[in-house]
Amino acid sequence: MSRSGQASVVITALVLTGAVVFAWALSAGSLSITSAEVLGALFGGDTGMSANVVRELRLPRAVATFVCGGLLAIAGALMQVLLRNPLADPYILGISGGAAVGALSAISLGMAAFWVDAGAFAGALAAMALVFGLAHGDGSWTQTRLLLTGVIVAAGCGAAIMLMLALAPDTRVQSMLFWLMGDASGASRPWPALVVLLLGLVAILPFARDLNVLARGEMTARALGVSVQRLRRVLYVLASLLTAVAVTLVGSVGFVGLIVPHLVRLALGNDQRILLPAAALAGGILLTVADTLARTVMSPQQLPVGVLTALIGVPVFLFLLARHPR
Amino acid sequence: MSPRDCLLEAERLALQVGERWLCCEFSLTLAAGECLVLLGPNGAGKTTLLHTLGGLREPSVGAVRLGGLPYAGWSALDAARFRGVLPQQQPDHFAASALETVLIGRHPHLGRWGWEGADDEAIARAALADVGLAGFEQRDILTLSGGERQRVAVATLLAQAPRLFLLDEPLNHLDLRYQIAVLDLFRTLADQGRGVVMVLHDINLAARYADHIILLDGRGGVMAGDRDTVLQADRLSHAFGHPLRRFDFDGRVTFLPD
Repeated sequence: MSRSGQASVVITALVLTGAVVFAWALSAGSLSITSAEVLGALFGGDTGMSANVVRELRLPRAVATFVCGGLLAIAGALMQVLLRNPLADPYILGISGGAAVGALSAISLGMAAFWVDAGAFAGALAAMALVFGLAHGDGSWTQTRLLLTGVIVAAGCGAAIMLMLALAPDTRVQSMLFWLMGDASGASRPWPALVVLLLGLVAILPFARDLNVLARGEMTARALGVSVQRLRRVLYVLASLLTAVAVTLVGSVGFVGLIVPHLVRLALGNDQRILLPAAALAGGILLTVADTLARTVMSPQQLPVGVLTALIGVPVFLFLLARHPR
Repeated sequence: MSPRDCLLEAERLALQVGERWLCCEFSLTLAAGECLVLLGPNGAGKTTLLHTLGGLREPSVGAVRLGGLPYAGWSALDAARFRGVLPQQQPDHFAASALETVLIGRHPHLGRWGWEGADDEAIARAALADVGLAGFEQRDILTLSGGERQRVAVATLLAQAPRLFLLDEPLNHLDLRYQIAVLDLFRTLADQGRGVVMVLHDINLAARYADHIILLDGRGGVMAGDRDTVLQADRLSHAFGHPLRRFDFDGRVTFLPD
């Protein structure tokens, strides 16, 4: 089968899996809702408690987790190409650190949820601008310099976060910790993020083959006609923006951005034209499954979704790794 | 020589790295069918010169023209269809099959939304066969030996199918048999009308395959000219900082260190 044919089979399978997972996320919970009721609530204009729960609570939350997983998975895949480092994740350059500083500042001041989101987004953009400006410095903008600058800014943000946690009143520490681990329960406005995810994919897919070439090294890429400097800047800005939107939406959920690109790579190879859309879907599926489990397994207690992503992701990843002996 | 046959020209070229001048002004032209070898001691600037000739670096002084046009007049993709560069190192961080890796060379021949077709795959398979790697298509490059990876890189360049090949130490990691095989391959391509510029460390292989030679002495001195003009024992001894002696066997020139 040709590679483009293979790609459409993979994407179709992931879309179908995503639909099944989505239906499960809408029907599972403390109030059990049948799939007929879910369909009625979504498309039939049903009223009543089940329909309200689906429309007002579960749908925004499921969309938020799906979109957040997709955003993080794409951002992680892009960072791994940008830094040509398999260990890179969306948070490695300090974006989530900046977002956390912004969000936790808002929480410690007792501000409303909107301002927590605004603080997170502003913090992420500030970290992105800071790393870009510092790493750009003399204009050389090498991978190592970018990586070091990002890691140091992330470390600085980490220290600020610890300080805020230490100084915060006990009543607010709990919500700060939940923000840090990722918490989808408050995500009520996921639609702008969905638009960002779709726009991000549309923006990067025309350059997916350039990314394949860039992964083979800068000299090779330039000799093959790729404008490496420009592509790197686009990658950096896009990956950072996607990360900023994701952490603003659900908080800094760990692990999805690192592991999903690797899962997809192990299963499907490293062709970015397949990898990027497949990672978006797989990331969405993983995070939606994790979040649905997080709110159902110990219900009524809710678990932090970031813990669940790791608990699901680690064994799956180790299994795939063991199947591919190097 | 008609301008069409002139693949590469350097005019009054000089290169500076930091405060250091790597070579004083010199000029060269490379016509279709010719093979030029860059020789010189470590750190003399062979790679810098090769990158400058490949348009990957601006010359400090002078001009480089590819097919009669300065690099500024080429689009990056058009230039990539005209000249290909084999880098000195192959940074492989992610797993990929040998065939996928070689298909990367087809990048400049595909449109923005294009996928590699059956003809591209046939070209890539033929390129792997040309470097003795038929049957290695599905092998993961991270499991290949250094010499095999080097040959995958050569195959990638063959799949790119440029008119001008710029090779930075193409013999890295290769055993004796494949050193000769790879040089024979590029000599044949040159004889079919392509151009070859390569950095070599082996003076005797340079003597066997080059038409022209540029000898850098690492102190800013450059000697550019025909093979027989440049390959003189005293010049080579001076450039490499070690006395060399010339021997002639069966009409073949050989230089051995004293």
